[in-house]
Amino acid sequence: MKFLDYAPAPESQALLNLKSDYGLFINGDFTAGRGTPFKTINPATEQQIAMIATANEADVDAAVAAARHAYDGVWSRLSGSDRGKYLFRIARLVQERARELAVAETLDNGKPIKESRDVDIPLVAAWCFYYAGWADKLDHAGVGPNPASLGVAAQVIPWNFPLMMLAWKIAPALAAGNTVVLKPAETTSLTALLFAEILQQADLPAGVVNIITGDGSTGQTLVNHPGVNKVAFTGSTSVGRAIARSVAGTDKKLSLELGGKGANIVFDDAPIDQAVEGIVRGIFFNQGHVCCAGSRLLVQESIHDDVIERLKRRMQTLRLGDPLDKNTDIGAINSAEQLARIRELSDLGQQEGAERWSTDCVIPENGFWFAPTIFTNVSTSHRIARDEIFGPVLSVLTFRTPAEAIAKANNTPYGLSAGIWSDKGSRILAVADKLRAGVIWANTFNQFDPSSPFGGYKESGYGREGGRHGLAAYLKPAVRTGSRSIPAAEHAPVTKKSASASKKSTSAEKAAK
Amino acid sequence: MTHSPLATYQPEQRALALIGGEATDANLRRYLHGIPGIDAVGLEARAADLGTRSIKTSSKRWAIDTIIGLIDLTTLEGADTPGKVRSLVAKALVPDPSDPGTPRVAAVCVYGDMVGTAVTALGSAHAAGGTEGINVAAVATAFPSGRASLAIKLADVRDSVAAGADEIDMVIDRGAFLAGRFGQVYEEIVAVKDACRRADGSMAHLKVILETGELNTYDNVRRASWLAILAGGDFIKTSTGKVAPAATLPVTLSMLEVVRDWHRLTGVRIGVKPAGGIRTSKDAIKYLVTVAETVGEEWLTPHLFRFGASSLLNDVLLQRQKMTTGHYSGPDYVTID
Repeated sequence: MKFLDYAPAPESQALLNLKSDYGLFINGDFTAGRGTPFKTINPATEQQIAMIATANEADVDAAVAAARHAYDGVWSRLSGSDRGKYLFRIARLVQERARELAVAETLDNGKPIKESRDVDIPLVAAWCFYYAGWADKLDHAGVGPNPASLGVAAQVIPWNFPLMMLAWKIAPALAAGNTVVLKPAETTSLTALLFAEILQQADLPAGVVNIITGDGSTGQTLVNHPGVNKVAFTGSTSVGRAIARSVAGTDKKLSLELGGKGANIVFDDAPIDQAVEGIVRGIFFNQGHVCCAGSRLLVQESIHDDVIERLKRRMQTLRLGDPLDKNTDIGAINSAEQLARIRELSDLGQQEGAERWSTDCVIPENGFWFAPTIFTNVSTSHRIARDEIFGPVLSVLTFRTPAEAIAKANNTPYGLSAGIWSDKGSRILAVADKLRAGVIWANTFNQFDPSSPFGGYKESGYGREGGRHGLAAYLKPAVRTGSRSIPAAEHAPVTKKSASASKKSTSAEKAAK
Repeated sequence: MTHSPLATYQPEQRALALIGGEATDANLRRYLHGIPGIDAVGLEARAADLGTRSIKTSSKRWAIDTIIGLIDLTTLEGADTPGKVRSLVAKALVPDPSDPGTPRVAAVCVYGDMVGTAVTALGSAHAAGGTEGINVAAVATAFPSGRASLAIKLADVRDSVAAGADEIDMVIDRGAFLAGRFGQVYEEIVAVKDACRRADGSMAHLKVILETGELNTYDNVRRASWLAILAGGDFIKTSTGKVAPAATLPVTLSMLEVVRDWHRLTGVRIGVKPAGGIRTSKDAIKYLVTVAETVGEEWLTPHLFRFGASSLLNDVLLQRQKMTTGHYSGPDYVTID
């Protein structure tokens, strides 16, 4: 036998306890949607997992009303430390149910279990823990003392990291004192609904988080709803643009995290084997369904051939197949629609004259799959060097000098992420200084941490998620009444006020113990 | 795979061609420092990632038997006696008396003065460098510190080879390496290699111990690996087992990467031997995965990969018994040496 044909090692689905139908989570309870339900499928097998409700306009109204009611009645009156207690409890429940959530995420999204188990779900918990800690320290969030929450936040999230994106949105919003109506992506609603069960387990006051499902029109109704104070969207640039247009002229606060075409710059003095790992992690992590993917490899001309040879060799060890198998590196593409887009752009790359190379791997019969692919001889004018492919497809370009690398890296309408590979610290800092990207990784790629702000320049969006900066998207400076603030005297009434607020909320405090 | 003319060269010619001059400190320094560096965080992350491979059922069974066949069963104690060595040899021949189908280990590894005892104890099962049977490996060159004059080190080697050792595990002069005297380290390896020559002109296999725990950085490990291979080492070995940390997965990964690059460059295959600290089947399987996914599974043969270990064998045997019988036995169901 061949050792490298590792025997199947599938993760068990036994601890999953899925329902056949899921309703909308409004005001703390599951209710049937009034729109037409749709099925959610496993993209690796195309088999139905469950039926998901669609929220129509009336459902959106109900969800926003529930969020408003919870905001006015409970959440905005709760002390920061009490909000933190709920978030800590949610974080612990996520950890307790981590394996179950990971299996559900892999089933619904198609990503390999090793990623949902080792990356997605741990980060979900980390995000909740991190912002739980912030809830009673908002004076230090950078928006001045005693900042105010915004109200009801409408949040629309994508399908690439369903539960992780949910945590990125919900955790800071709740910590800052807002209530939430969240709409997960149409193809990946499942884990959001399991998360709703966790919220019930955590006894989160009804209406603080509402989760409504449906397609793009549900999302559109939600962000356009006059009752929301804040819109947060992660997804494609075209939808982001439409949202910006519809929100313009209202007093809704908006943050957008959109597409990207990240440059991964490899200098000739790079730690070469780790750089190859970083290239792989940059573009093949999560099948390349990563907005901050390093989808453009900029490699110094003098080491181009060596890097490509090493990269191809490494790519041959990537294992594509059953996402639930613990040895799978490359899972399924999330939807037929996305697969069609990846194919279209890849074919275009070939037509435009770039050289295509894919790994030699067996593609399963059912489901949506795309073999890891690289394009060499790519020019900056090629579509595959400009458009976000959002798949396991890497475009390789070369450069000769640091100035050329910077110019090529910045030559994109996007500006979300970049990577720099060099053994020379001074060069890393000098180049990073000139790159217009919200996140720059040095000698690593696609690393996430709740304490680190994440967001884009230009068409990659605005606003930051994560870290102290992520709170700013859900806070506004304190409303000043009358007299100008005197820094020294200011703290005394503030602490008094919050102390009395927590006294008032003893029942909620009990719940959050 | 590119097979350059370097494949046909003698090691010294090859080194000369690659270094671009005599093996002086300056030339070697220029060459070794021209090799791409290692990012420690990235290397360790990759090793950890390889460690998450899930090896089950038939793959696990294959892995367990393969591990046994790759072990250099080792005793390197000041308290070693001929009786202890005979006992070790008996264990090497029949690792599990309850299952005669258990594969034999690759070699026994002893101090130089015990080589004769080991050879005699093996009798007809002595592989003598062949593929059937068990080899005898001897640690030499003032193992483990290497702190002796070159003359003493070479005498140590010749003594072991004359006594019938098939493999010599030498230590490099870490002090010289860290002081930048690469030429001295190189010349010593060349001289030791020459001392591995038997009267009939054949050679004992040379494993070069880098003692990675004393080299401290991965960059140093990589440079020492290149140096050892340039000088003609057949194997590069992590550790003596007398210094902590001994073998680790990231260190072994970095050495495997050198071996892979050397094969790309010259077409020549060099062996790797992690030694010390590998005690469980679970750990050993991680090494198999790392070898297979870094250099390819053709490296999983005794000529190209070894585990230097003493307690590993019993854990592997317990796992093997468990896979055969379906239940765990216990330490009393495997022999102590």
